[in-house]
Amino acid sequence: MSWTRPVLPWSFALAGAFLVTGLVWGFFFTPDDFRQGSTVKIIYLHVPSALMAINAWIMMLVASLVWVVRRHHVSALAARAAAPVGVVMTLIALFTGGIWGQPMWGTYWAWDPRLTSFLILFLFYLGYIALWEAIEDSDTAADLTAVLCIVGSIFAILSRYAVHFWNQGLHQGSSLSLDAEQNVADVFYYPLLVCIAGFILLFIALVLMRTRTEIRARRIKALQARGRHA
Amino acid sequence: MLHVSNLGCARGGVAVLNAVSFDLTAGQALVLRGPNGIGKTTLLRTLAGLQPALCGDVTMPEDSAAYASHADGIKTALTVTENLTFWAAVYGLKLTPDVLDRFDLADLRDRQGGTLSAGQKRRLGLARLAVIGRKILFLDEPTVSLDTGSVAMFARWLQNDHLGQGGIAIIATHIDLGIDAPALDLTPFKSAPGTGGGSDEAFL
Amino acid sequence: MIALLKRDLALALRAGGGFGLGLAFFLIVVVLVPFGVGPEADILSRIAPGILWVGALLAALLSLDRIFALDFEDGSLALLATSPLPLEAAGMVKAAAHWITTGLPLTLAAPLFGFLLHMQSTAYPYLLISLLIGTPALSMIGTFGAALTVGLRRGGLLLSLLVLPLYVPTLLFGAEAVRRGAAGLDATSALVLQAGITAGCFAILPFATAAVLRINLR
Repeated sequence: MSWTRPVLPWSFALAGAFLVTGLVWGFFFTPDDFRQGSTVKIIYLHVPSALMAINAWIMMLVASLVWVVRRHHVSALAARAAAPVGVVMTLIALFTGGIWGQPMWGTYWAWDPRLTSFLILFLFYLGYIALWEAIEDSDTAADLTAVLCIVGSIFAILSRYAVHFWNQGLHQGSSLSLDAEQNVADVFYYPLLVCIAGFILLFIALVLMRTRTEIRARRIKALQARGRHA
Repeated sequence: MLHVSNLGCARGGVAVLNAVSFDLTAGQALVLRGPNGIGKTTLLRTLAGLQPALCGDVTMPEDSAAYASHADGIKTALTVTENLTFWAAVYGLKLTPDVLDRFDLADLRDRQGGTLSAGQKRRLGLARLAVIGRKILFLDEPTVSLDTGSVAMFARWLQNDHLGQGGIAIIATHIDLGIDAPALDLTPFKSAPGTGGGSDEAFL
Repeated sequence: MIALLKRDLALALRAGGGFGLGLAFFLIVVVLVPFGVGPEADILSRIAPGILWVGALLAALLSLDRIFALDFEDGSLALLATSPLPLEAAGMVKAAAHWITTGLPLTLAAPLFGFLLHMQSTAYPYLLISLLIGTPALSMIGTFGAALTVGLRRGGLLLSLLVLPLYVPTLLFGAEAVRRGAAGLDATSALVLQAGITAGCFAILPFATAAVLRINLR
């Protein structure tokens, strides 16, 4: 807890600096794409948020494993703290994807494998958060959500491949997804990197702040328990 | 046969008992005493392996213990005989008819669990202990809702057929069972506040 | 293990509704769909595989919270946990009992309901096979979900929220197999993948179920 106190304002400041730089650079100082026009610029929100939506879940999985193996209390709280951040990232990715999809594909939503996988990921986040909220005893909640996170990860990966299989079956060979990372040229690429760094820093800052809040809440509970006990 | 040393246990993340130690050999029983909330149930559940101990050691022969809680685990849609046969089968045994007589259940053998009175259900729950053939019993308030006659009947079974056959019993109860067993008051083992590391304590 | 299976089946039969309720729900879903989408036979026959699979899935979901709730309330779950029967085995047996009382009747009734929805005749064998290998996975996943929420007073809704995302792969492969069958295509790959998922569920989830039950019994 002690080392995070000085880190926290810096991570927020750095996240802000990177995001402002990356977004201003990306929105105003890059040329329009020859096929997509200016709509391509939503990439600076869409790709980093999608990346962080997945990374947040991976971080939760790692934290859950650490909790199960080492019983390190802070890791359970960090997993809990990351979940709402992850769900917001997933929502940002879905919404910006829809906004980007409308001019490009003529629709806000399609049952494309990638989009569908993200919708399923969103459901996994919801279940995970709901389970945390439903259980009163905090150690029990940490244990149960850790197991759910581990089992859920396996099923999330399965779902991803299942969705690819399913959609192939629907419309053979055609794919709506534009693989952005392979297509972008350097002019788009560097501001994108800056934006990704900004999102990563923002995620770290938010998770740190939320974890600190959780730790404080648990301290209060411990002190109250002591008070009752005495 | 049952060796408990320096055991600490917690309820709801708060340490309640500390440094509980005792030894029991075949044929001995121990009666747990203490005010409500002192941790009798918690201690029994910890001994039965339902919850982890905070610290300390419990040693006993493998596959020898059984636990009986406040709830009897009786299925209301099954008959008395079916309930007992099921538990016997789970422990790899067969139901012997004399158990029904000993717990005064012979007349009720084909009644469904749901039609029994509270006291009759309790007798059925206790008869389970005679059916599963375990040497070490952890009994949590076994005499709740029993009349005096049934209490005496249960005490007789415990004394003659369980302890007399080399069994061990740890019993949390507020009444005098009339069996030959020392009492252990848990009050001195109460955890001091802030010691023993309950789950929230880790954050202080 | 056999004793527990026999007890659970006897309980499901005697308590009444264990068998009937899921089936009745399945029938109602199948009957309501034409009211919603219209009576045209070609539309119904197109969506029949999906309706049947989603209906079976929801019907299986209906009885999940009863898998452990009653045993938890009357104390037999704690007694089982301290018995020589490993909780892993108990979880597997519970899933098996749930499958026999819901999954199996649903599988057997599904072709009948397919008839109501004008399903293509080539799809029937695939419907039967995919439900036969898919519904055990639904029961096992549901048992895990039921174990997760067993200690909660109003766990029913949460249980659905937790379990439904886990059902996605089974549903996708199952419905895909039937759809390919209806289109006259070969659906072996979908069935093989679905069987793999079912096998994986039974390999992993009994352990997760037992771990979660132990946590909830603390």
